[in-house]
Amino acid sequence: MNMSTASYIFGIVSALLILVVVIEMLRRGRLRERHAVWWVVAGVLALIAGVFPSTLAWAARFVGIEVPTNLLFFVSIGILFFVALQTSAELTRLEAKTRTLAEQVALLELRIRELEATKGDDKP
Amino acid sequence: MSSSLAETLIVMPAFREEGAVGDVVREVLEKLPGVGILVVDDGSPDATTEVARAAGARVATLPFNLGVGGAMRTGFRYALQNGYRNVVQVDADGQHDPAGVPALLAQLDEYDVVMGARFAGEGDYSVRGPRAWAVKVLSSILSKTAKTKLTDTTSGFKASGPRAVALFAEHYPAEYLGDTIEALVIAAKAGMRITQVPVAMRPRAAGVPSQNFVKSAAYLGRAGIALVFAYIRPKASYRTGDQT
Repeated sequence: MNMSTASYIFGIVSALLILVVVIEMLRRGRLRERHAVWWVVAGVLALIAGVFPSTLAWAARFVGIEVPTNLLFFVSIGILFFVALQTSAELTRLEAKTRTLAEQVALLELRIRELEATKGDDKP
Repeated sequence: MSSSLAETLIVMPAFREEGAVGDVVREVLEKLPGVGILVVDDGSPDATTEVARAAGARVATLPFNLGVGGAMRTGFRYALQNGYRNVVQVDADGQHDPAGVPALLAQLDEYDVVMGARFAGEGDYSVRGPRAWAVKVLSSILSKTAKTKLTDTTSGFKASGPRAVALFAEHYPAEYLGDTIEALVIAAKAGMRITQVPVAMRPRAAGVPSQNFVKSAAYLGRAGIALVFAYIRPKASYRTGDQT
């Protein structure tokens, strides 16, 4: 087995591993579909590039990148960037929601306390 | 009269203030008879809630710390839900003299937001170094936005009229420094009329003020960032009106 066969198999196995992990997490409900989109895209792209390395070379030529690996790095960084940005945006929205909930909990608690105080007389 | 004490809610954000909040609540009740008072305990680990309640205030206890902005928005929402026309923010650490509240309320017939500004001569409060420069720069920029001269833009002592209460119940920022700088920009962008009146400030009754150089420099930086983002935020995102 020469070096290129080993790296060929390694590429495919890595891509499959990504997809298996993502799909398994989706299946168990540990990851919501909307958050999984980019990971699935990354896994599928890695699989295509792994099985047919010529597609990577072709795509690199098409956009004018001399070394195909550079296209791979560029796309990988791009996807990771979008995933991180999406996560930050989601976190911001969650924080805003949590804040609103906390405020309403505080007000509801106060209201319950006052309601109980007014009807406390006819209770033992 | 639109700005009577009975229609006014004193909102007091309190974090770790068990040492001071009791006296401040009692002082407010004594100096401002008939006023509504809501202490918002901002997730304090100490006995702030119990102390404030024992002193005679209504207390809303946040389940965790949200910062002054979160505590104040809780207060604005409470005011809106319970029919208070005006909200006056008074700090729980005793820095703000409740005797100054009527002076703020008196301006609410004409204005939507009234800032209580500390200035030279009244009280014995002063800032120095980078923090003082920051206050100066902020003041000149915000004065232009608010179309009135503001000298103390980071003052927590302020009164909001009905229009401002409706706006802030929805859009009071929770970011660090958002409750002062960004809230002013939001108010100005939403067309609120803003003014300031001089008030005396007292030294804190308890707790330590942050005055060292590194903290002041960090303050300047964060204030700048808060200011930039407050300005570039789209104006259309601030709904005004009577939604509850």
